[in-house]
Amino acid sequence: MTMQRSLKAWAAAAALSMGAGAALADYTDGTIKIGVMNDQSGLYSDLSGQGSVWAARKAIEDFCKANTCHDKIEVVFADHQNKPDIGSNVVRQWYDVDKVDVVVDVPTSSVALAVNNITKDKNKVFLVSGAATADLTGKACTPNTIHWTYDTWSLANGTANAIVKTGGKNWFFLTADYAFGHALERDTAAVVEKAGGKVVGKVRHPFPGQDFSSFLLQAQQSKAQIIGLANAGGDTINSIKQAGEFGIAAGGQNLAGLLVFITDVHALGLQTAQGLIFTEAWYWDMNDANRAFAKEFGAANKGNMPTMVQAGVYSAVTHYLKAVHALKSDGDGAAVVTKMKETPTEDKLFGNGSIRQDGRKIHPMYLFEVKKPAESKGPWDYYKLRATIAAAEAFRPIADGGCPLVK
Amino acid sequence: MFEFIGVSPQALFGQLLLGLINGSFYALLSLGLAVIFGLMNVINFTHGAQYMMGAFAAWMLLNYLGIPYWGALVLVPILVGTTGILVERLFISRLYHLDHLYGLLLTFGLALVLEGLFRRQYGISGLPYSNPLPGGTNLGFMFLPWYRAWVVAISLAVCLATWFLIERTKLGSYLRAATERPDLVQAFGINVPRMITLTYGFGVGLAALAGVLAAPIYSVNPIMGANLIIVVFAVVVIGGMGSIMGSILTGFGLGILEGLTKVFYPEASNTVIFVVMAIVLILRPQGLFGTAR
Repeated sequence: MTMQRSLKAWAAAAALSMGAGAALADYTDGTIKIGVMNDQSGLYSDLSGQGSVWAARKAIEDFCKANTCHDKIEVVFADHQNKPDIGSNVVRQWYDVDKVDVVVDVPTSSVALAVNNITKDKNKVFLVSGAATADLTGKACTPNTIHWTYDTWSLANGTANAIVKTGGKNWFFLTADYAFGHALERDTAAVVEKAGGKVVGKVRHPFPGQDFSSFLLQAQQSKAQIIGLANAGGDTINSIKQAGEFGIAAGGQNLAGLLVFITDVHALGLQTAQGLIFTEAWYWDMNDANRAFAKEFGAANKGNMPTMVQAGVYSAVTHYLKAVHALKSDGDGAAVVTKMKETPTEDKLFGNGSIRQDGRKIHPMYLFEVKKPAESKGPWDYYKLRATIAAAEAFRPIADGGCPLVK
Repeated sequence: MFEFIGVSPQALFGQLLLGLINGSFYALLSLGLAVIFGLMNVINFTHGAQYMMGAFAAWMLLNYLGIPYWGALVLVPILVGTTGILVERLFISRLYHLDHLYGLLLTFGLALVLEGLFRRQYGISGLPYSNPLPGGTNLGFMFLPWYRAWVVAISLAVCLATWFLIERTKLGSYLRAATERPDLVQAFGINVPRMITLTYGFGVGLAALAGVLAAPIYSVNPIMGANLIIVVFAVVVIGGMGSIMGSILTGFGLGILEGLTKVFYPEASNTVIFVVMAIVLILRPQGLFGTAR
């Protein structure tokens, strides 16, 4: 320990003697430490996992190419196994012992809500890319959290609106039985009812599930036109696969994937997934900057394309570094977040945007449809753009969230 | 919305049938476990990983060699069973003189290693495997996919054949005798170690067969076995460790019970089997069909 300290002191002295601007900076421990916490082994590990860690490192690399980085910036990562208790323990250890300054990603809403509270208590920074629940910028909002990529409200708003408008009025929900599923079901039901549709039933399945046939049968018997899948990852894959088997579409009912990632479409194959409509914040094949990023990502991640969650991690870390370097300090989490909110966002993946008072990052969302096998030109060529939802309409109006920070 | 009284008979029939279908997976998997435990006294925690390997092997045969589902159905149990034989010879056979717990630890560790290797190579989201028997028939109360009907049929046939082999044939009687008194059976000139090895290979082959059957309907991913194996262990415990018929009947029975729970109180459908397990362990620790050892 003493040895380590003296080494660090030596490093600090060396930095000082170089006369760099960092000499004035006040970084806790002399290091900006970024903790990427997500699912490293379970059903969400392809859509976040090591890909998010790579994206965080890439953001640092790119930032330090464009700006002078005098400070040591470090990335650590951990597996929360989708369990709030494990996630809480890791984050406490990170904040108290390992001097982590910012926690990034954290899919699985129940874990994210737990990290959200701890981060506020410890006055650190929490940048959410993986988790979906819109409560993070609603009743659970804090001065220390920014919800970056997407949320349940924006998914519901994009997908449910589009479906109700094309005649899908009666809905039945197949919901993952935890914070995320409940939030997604609630937000979608609200959109459906507002647009003149009706919710005729719902069933909540254990998370994670394996066999969905019983639930699909209940959905079938409800005679609803649309079966809304308020689940994610492997649960969505299994639901869609088994819905095909039980002739859901053949019986005149349609599926609405309320949260679908490109890795899910890849796992299903176009034959099964074709025609599915859903909302995402980012797709790799939309412009040259995205394609270049995806190419590098693929080379480092077994040829996979990045998900919107991983792209969001890149964007969030980039903006965090900007704020911290402008402040020349990472010690006061709330101050860093305030700076991030004051500064308009700009990066190569999400373009220009902003962060609202309630912690909601604002950018356009996109309604995609999965291509037919014949339309796809190659591996990972899966989506066609149906509609762009403008930034101003993509997220819940700030007044409706019930966030105490909004006066 | 589904009150007890409010469930229509159609819905109930549908769920019973689905329960039977899921039960056939439980039965096939718990049968393999019961055979291995009953005849070798090894608690095979690698079973879930071997089931997963079965599904992956089917995918590999299709995508690398172009061998379709029906070929995989025959080839995969043999291939994966052979890896089981290797595992038994290389690792498990060294632990027979130690407590059961060591076998449990070894097989659990192997399962983690196997799952980790597959995850590293193929990721977690899974691989697509198309349904060899698309379509189905409308039974009036529900739509029965042909493939699910096929799963029930083959699983029942394999379960009964295995029961017959072990309980009613001469080979089976050798096996059972070798479990009770290996030294005596060896003295009659029967190669007991080889018989044990083949038994393990057979049990693993059953797991792999279940994996092939699962590939077209569940996501083929590295943790598909880990999700299932705990339930299957509960089935074996409820049925009575080592009881062949017990694990078959309990597998189907609990599948049905789980199906009913999914109608009346879906949130509890993951837990109901463990509640039954706890009750059975309190009232009849040797399991419903087991004999006290």
